[in-house]
Amino acid sequence: MIVFQAFILLFVAAGGTAVVFTRDATSQAIVVSFYGLLLGIMFFVFQAPDVALSQIVVGAMALPLMIMLALARIRKQNRKRQQ
Amino acid sequence: MSYLPYAVAAWLFLVGLYGVISSRNLVHLIICVGVIQSSSYVLLLAIGYRTGAAAPIFVDIPVGTPAVDPVVQALMLTDVVVEVTVVALLLALAIQVHKRHGTLNPDELRKLKG
Amino acid sequence: MTRRIRLKFFLVSAAALALCFFWGYAGLPAFGHGSSIYADIVNAISVPQRHITDAVTAVNFDIRGFDTLGEEFILFTSVLGVILLMRRTKDEPAGDHEDKAPGRKVPPVSDAVRVIALLLLAPTIVFGWYIVVHGQVTPGGGFQGGVILSSAPLLLYLCGSYPKVRGAAAPRLIEIAEALGAAGYIVIGGACVALGGMFLENLLPLGKAGTLTSGGMVPFINLGVGLEVSGGFTLILLVYLEELMEEKES
Repeated sequence: MIVFQAFILLFVAAGGTAVVFTRDATSQAIVVSFYGLLLGIMFFVFQAPDVALSQIVVGAMALPLMIMLALARIRKQNRKRQQ
Repeated sequence: MSYLPYAVAAWLFLVGLYGVISSRNLVHLIICVGVIQSSSYVLLLAIGYRTGAAAPIFVDIPVGTPAVDPVVQALMLTDVVVEVTVVALLLALAIQVHKRHGTLNPDELRKLKG
Repeated sequence: MTRRIRLKFFLVSAAALALCFFWGYAGLPAFGHGSSIYADIVNAISVPQRHITDAVTAVNFDIRGFDTLGEEFILFTSVLGVILLMRRTKDEPAGDHEDKAPGRKVPPVSDAVRVIALLLLAPTIVFGWYIVVHGQVTPGGGFQGGVILSSAPLLLYLCGSYPKVRGAAAPRLIEIAEALGAAGYIVIGGACVALGGMFLENLLPLGKAGTLTSGGMVPFINLGVGLEVSGGFTLILLVYLEELMEEKES
């Protein structure tokens, strides 16, 4: 159990670094979704099921959705600007 | 192992801050603010954890069993959901900035006037 | 200052900040031996006194219900801000009905996606309400269930028809539901004051721990928060989608 906790903490640190160093916003939405799932697993391993439920629903569904919708709107504005 | 979660929390905070400072895209900057917020979750979780304890749900375990701290979990629970709404607000601001100035680069935005 | 000077300055100050972190962590107890007296008290009284088996919900909605009121209104205000920021101003013409690149036909939604989205729609709504209503018994509550419920219009949109989303999730109804949820919290607290107690004091009979009607006022507060969170997220989704797919002016 202790080994698993150490592993998941190291994965979370690596996931956070990956989110920051992904510069392209579209790919970053996918990496953020995976990072949200890693955080959810970490909450579960640390005996916090309420927070894990929140994080999985929000971090894997709602947050990447908002990012994708905002990026689509920005692309549309770019296209209007070029016309 | 006894200080690994605290080290991970500090690392996430500093990496997120580096992302905010060195970002070239407003949307990337907003997501890095989310990473800084998740460092606070790791810290709170580490403070509340007790070795060998169960989750604080007493439906199927008797009332006296040692359980982890429910107060910090209550703090994190509402924060996770509210954070996404605030990120939606920040993204709406970024969209309006892009509409007015045509660019999402913070360095270029500094040079524009009015 | 130029970018490189900014980054070098950041590295120096990040090292100083890391030193402050380590100095602060040295004062904390070692990981796994946290000794919070408040946590012990809450774990001990959650079932015998408050009759709620989920200690986290007891802290959120019963013992510290006033703080959750503040958090709920942060959510409400953010949704209000998104709606205000994304309103269409007079100088923007209504766009195409579909968001497409010029010169390319929009590919139709594949049948597999439509079948799966339609199959998952009803179970998602039922599951969302199950999580909302069981907040005081098992892990769950208004916040989690509200977000699950707000993913149902998204499934409908994935089937490819935005007008059906507007028909099924009429914005006027969603706004009324969200306002009812937010106001309901305050009305419940005010009713406690009117009945002679304190604001948000639990005055209803507490019921048997482990059943759906335990916890006194907590089921009603859960319903209110579930309505408000699901309404807020659905409104954000509709506002973002509407900016993409503005309807044809007839």
